[in-house]
Amino acid sequence: MSLITTLARLEAVESGRASPLATVRHRQLSEHPLVLVPLTTAGEAGAPLGALIGTDRQQPRLLTVAQPRDRELRFAFLAELADAVLPYLEAYGDDVELVERNATDAESGKRIKEEVELCADAPQLIVPGRAGIDFVRLLGRSMRFRRTVEQDPDAAYPAPPHVPLLGRWLTHYGERARVPGSSLLLAATDLLNRHWATGQSSLEDQHLGALLAWIDPAEGESGAQAALRAESYRDPRGQLVCPPAGPATDPAFDNRLLAPAVEAYDRVRQRWQAAQDGDEADSWMGELAIAEREIRRLLRTQMEPTWHSVWRAIDLARELPEGARVADRWTRDRWSFTAHRDRVRAGEPPQPRRDDAVTAARKLASRETAQAQLEAQEALDDPLVLAGRRLSGEAFIGEVTDVVMAWSESKRPAPRPLLTFHTDDRPHLGERTKVYRSLDGKPQSAEFVRYETDGVLVLRLTDRMGRAKDPAEGSVPEKGDRIAWTLFEHDQRGGPKLPDPEETPWTHGGPPGTDAESPDLITPEDLL
Amino acid sequence: MRGPAARPRPLDARALAALAANPGCKRRALLDGAGVDKGALAAALGSPMASGQSQFAFMRGNAFEARVKSDGGAELMRLLGVADPTGLQLPDLSAAGPDGRAARTALALREATTAKEWTLLDHPMLALEVAGSPAYLEPDAVVVHPDGQWTVVEIKSFPMIDASADAAKVGAAARQAAVYVLALEQVAARTEGAQVAQSVLLVCPKDFSNLPTASVVDVRKQLSVTRRQLSRLTRVEDIAATLPQGATFDLERSGDELMAAVDSVSAAYAPDCLAACEMAFHCRAAARTDGDISALGRSLRGELGGLTTGSAVLAAARGEAGDPRDPAVAALRRAAALRAGALEAAGCR
Amino acid sequence: MTVFDPAAEAAKATDAILSDTLHGTHRGIVVDSPPGAGKSTLVVSAARELAAVGRSLMVIAQTNAQVDDLVLRLAEKDPELPVGRLHSNDPDPYDKALNGLENVRKSSKASDLAGLDIVISTAAKWAHVQNVEPWPHAIVDEAYQMRSDALLAVAGLFERALFVGDPGQLDPFSIVGADQWAGLSYDPSASAVSTLLAHNPELPQHRLPVSWRLPASAAPLVSQAFYPYTPFRSGTGPEDRKLSFGVVGDGSAHDRVIDEAAWSGWGLLELPARHTPRTDPEAVRAVAQVVRRLLDRGGVATGTAGATPAPVTADRVAVGTAHRDQAAAVRAALAELGVTDVTVDTANRLQGREFDVTVVLHPLSGRPDATAFHLETGRLCVLTSRHRHACIVVCRAGVAELLDEHPSTEPVQLGVTVKFPDGWEANHAVLSHLAEHRVPLTR
Repeated sequence: MSLITTLARLEAVESGRASPLATVRHRQLSEHPLVLVPLTTAGEAGAPLGALIGTDRQQPRLLTVAQPRDRELRFAFLAELADAVLPYLEAYGDDVELVERNATDAESGKRIKEEVELCADAPQLIVPGRAGIDFVRLLGRSMRFRRTVEQDPDAAYPAPPHVPLLGRWLTHYGERARVPGSSLLLAATDLLNRHWATGQSSLEDQHLGALLAWIDPAEGESGAQAALRAESYRDPRGQLVCPPAGPATDPAFDNRLLAPAVEAYDRVRQRWQAAQDGDEADSWMGELAIAEREIRRLLRTQMEPTWHSVWRAIDLARELPEGARVADRWTRDRWSFTAHRDRVRAGEPPQPRRDDAVTAARKLASRETAQAQLEAQEALDDPLVLAGRRLSGEAFIGEVTDVVMAWSESKRPAPRPLLTFHTDDRPHLGERTKVYRSLDGKPQSAEFVRYETDGVLVLRLTDRMGRAKDPAEGSVPEKGDRIAWTLFEHDQRGGPKLPDPEETPWTHGGPPGTDAESPDLITPEDLL
Repeated sequence: MRGPAARPRPLDARALAALAANPGCKRRALLDGAGVDKGALAAALGSPMASGQSQFAFMRGNAFEARVKSDGGAELMRLLGVADPTGLQLPDLSAAGPDGRAARTALALREATTAKEWTLLDHPMLALEVAGSPAYLEPDAVVVHPDGQWTVVEIKSFPMIDASADAAKVGAAARQAAVYVLALEQVAARTEGAQVAQSVLLVCPKDFSNLPTASVVDVRKQLSVTRRQLSRLTRVEDIAATLPQGATFDLERSGDELMAAVDSVSAAYAPDCLAACEMAFHCRAAARTDGDISALGRSLRGELGGLTTGSAVLAAARGEAGDPRDPAVAALRRAAALRAGALEAAGCR
Repeated sequence: MTVFDPAAEAAKATDAILSDTLHGTHRGIVVDSPPGAGKSTLVVSAARELAAVGRSLMVIAQTNAQVDDLVLRLAEKDPELPVGRLHSNDPDPYDKALNGLENVRKSSKASDLAGLDIVISTAAKWAHVQNVEPWPHAIVDEAYQMRSDALLAVAGLFERALFVGDPGQLDPFSIVGADQWAGLSYDPSASAVSTLLAHNPELPQHRLPVSWRLPASAAPLVSQAFYPYTPFRSGTGPEDRKLSFGVVGDGSAHDRVIDEAAWSGWGLLELPARHTPRTDPEAVRAVAQVVRRLLDRGGVATGTAGATPAPVTADRVAVGTAHRDQAAAVRAALAELGVTDVTVDTANRLQGREFDVTVVLHPLSGRPDATAFHLETGRLCVLTSRHRHACIVVCRAGVAELLDEHPSTEPVQLGVTVKFPDGWEANHAVLSHLAEHRVPLTR
């Protein structure tokens, strides 16, 4: 951890309030994000218990499962979830702009320009914490191979319509969340932790309630006190005052409140199923609705505080001005959304269970590029982030004290002016180390020549000065200019082209099989 | 030390595996070594940790294990790669008391090894001497192979989805299984022709179903860690020798007395303790009061050299204390200046 | 018991490798080479033999320095051999020494080098070569440091290949998480060799059994600590290597540790226990002073029995550290003492290098905590296996306790082969050996 972050944490301990780790916002926040607060059943994989979901903080949609081990009820929940999510996602699919991009003509092999659609904006999903992101992935995995009756009339337990489609979208969002700097699917804790340092450890910072307690404590209360309350205070019935942000529930809630309610529901349902005539059934039906309402009420008490916390986190992050390069990264998110939209529209099969060799390598390469790009962009957007890079010797700020024109020794001499530069920073410069500054949003490079004296160094400017013998206007800094140089590049070159999956070489097992993925096995008895 | 009335809280495999979580903590080593109930002690000190398992998870775990073992062990043997376990023996291991059960298990292991037949031991009991007193351990199952190899079977209810599982949970299962392997090795040492496998069979639900699937987990690393930690536990006596006269963890005593006794043994609190030790809230509160940097995370200390408290670090950073020739102090001052400058530039202050 | 004849054993291994390379039917051959076991010599021999039978060859190395080194070695062995050096478009893309070699053609375009017997470049550059006829043969050097995805990008360029590398050195890494692919045979963040063997388990695997670099004092420790299941021997006997000094020691701890290392091969200069930041000024100064004295005292090294003794000059000495800022601090301290031309670098950059004497700043010295980075087996292996004569480790006391208190709660990924030995064990093995050669430094 950088010393600057350590200091920020210690300042927070001292003041009782979180301290800033950023001066601008480094993540995109949609005007209408879809917030999803899910709960899951302890000990069961992919057995959701409930969710609050929606784009309107005043009116979340409450989805619950009265008996999570009942397949029918789970299916009903997933169908409702698809109803809540898919229209939101699909609404962004038709608002497009046309963008020109380079392509290779399939027949001639020539480089051509082609016009393609890019969605003007992309839907954004926000969950409370990292466990929520994992749960989105898990839901995606559990749904995308399911078959509906239309797809497979013989399916033993056909999925409700749209459930596989939602699975594919959630899978896409879950994968995209692994790309550094992406904002399609965000965790509220990550959003806050990127911008504030609390007086507790990063482990404790995963607790949304405790985290907010530091950033936004109540009047007259220290962050530490408020965080302790959020994390461990219980009411007389042993229930946490601030329920966990899920998807896991508190065992005390499960055992003391939820389990009795579910048992009551089960009992009533058995009676209803065993009812001899319509009247009896009707009366048990009414009882059943009451039992179900109680479960809904209980689950709402567990999710509602988190729902408000997520929106509070969004409010806090919105107060920060957006970083200049956030939009650039969001454009990549829009491309990602558009590409998946196209795959869905083209009727492509769901994402396979595990990536093939080429896909895995491509993803790794693009994430490494995104990571380097994110680090560079955040430093360029935010003096506080840049301060960390200056401390580690990867950037330096100072003033131009002299400019001497010079030219390269080639046949057509190009301008290579020498800048004398004063800085109090201590960059790790060696012979001909390349350094970069931002000129009209584009990087201009120079190379280190020598140290004059302590704190005074000479740089040779090497590009972006035009084609003429004399440098273009404004392309060479002047005496007195203050400049931030970085030792890291501002743009990232893409990695090498990898073979197509069908051409996977023998070293990596040859081409992957082309069989479509089969659905997961389902056991006849559903109750464990 | 734990008081005359209290029976020693025997260490189970989970507790033994957890010894590796923070081996530098003398407090934990002493309390575990003396068999003190740390959960009750923490509650008596006014800093209880939430404990307990959701009954949904509990039921699911039991139901899954029952299912795995339901058909006379055939399913388990299939997971072990034995398609036709004809003649599979399922010895009865019931006996009175843990000692009796451990003796019965040892006998069954010897008989099975001599008989050279596939044998499945359902919930055997193993005894392992830990710091002078026996700990009783109950693995989910042990399989004896006809060639005399013994394999520990660990049944967990977290899923294996597409052949991968939560790495933290698998790690915990591997450490727990290593304790069983260690205990089995002691029996094997007295059994001719027996050899304990250094890999265990981890059985979990497959994907989203209740069908079992399995993976072989190499526990050699966890074994050597556990051996090391157990040998360290004998040092408990050295720690106890430094206790003040009359210090006791007898839960019948007053809170103040207990507090004094606990505080007389140094702890090495770090945030990881929150997931591994019942005393964590108590130790965290003390570490925070002391301004101990480690309460914010072990990794913070790396660049701070000899500075161990928050106030010392802040004072050094602000130029109020510390030797500027100390590189940690010099780096802190630069960091503080850069941070202040950046915040000022951004108009945040 | 037969006497171990290192030369004969090594020759037997090399013959088997060359025979498999030239006449074998498998598409790949893997050769594990412990430190200093003649990997580069093997690569040069294999390249020349393949060229001699008219099989054109591409050589893939991992860094430009490794590529240039191979080109120079090839040219030294066979100045007539037409060699192509494929390089990047960066300024100064290759060692200027290559300009003096008549039969080495250099270009940034693979097409310019077509038809040459041997073309050498980095994996990164090869990955951009497209639309060419595949080479019948390739040699992949430092294959254990190559990532699986880098092999994926170049494997289409050759029909068959010889993979050579040292499994004990630092594993490749990625700057982003790759856990989602853990356990997959083609995990892109794993080493090229692990992917290759997972998909082609039938490929012949050879091992070079003799380290010509490590002296008899070092090979047993390095072999036991870092290669427990694939032991190797030193090519020289205990009496072959000699390190002596013209100037008698002055009784200081620095001189005593130098003398200790001169006769035993190892020295531990131990500073008092203390938690320090990475650039611990006392430890850095101690490293610099040891180097200064080493040079001042006129060291003379004898490589093999009967060979002419050679002076231990600055270029024969190296300092190894874990971090770059430590290396920078040592360089500055050396400059203050007027020492130049001594190589000071991190373990990553010292991989594959060789010196007479190395001075190592122990990765765990003064640390309040051990991390996976500092415990990594390969890091310590690289640092303690670069020397032909002696290795002096500078370290604060207390590392054994630090190791003892290190939590062991690593996650476990299903299907991932456990790597041995683990850093904890290897560190303890090295420490307990060093303890026998300890010289305390007190103020």
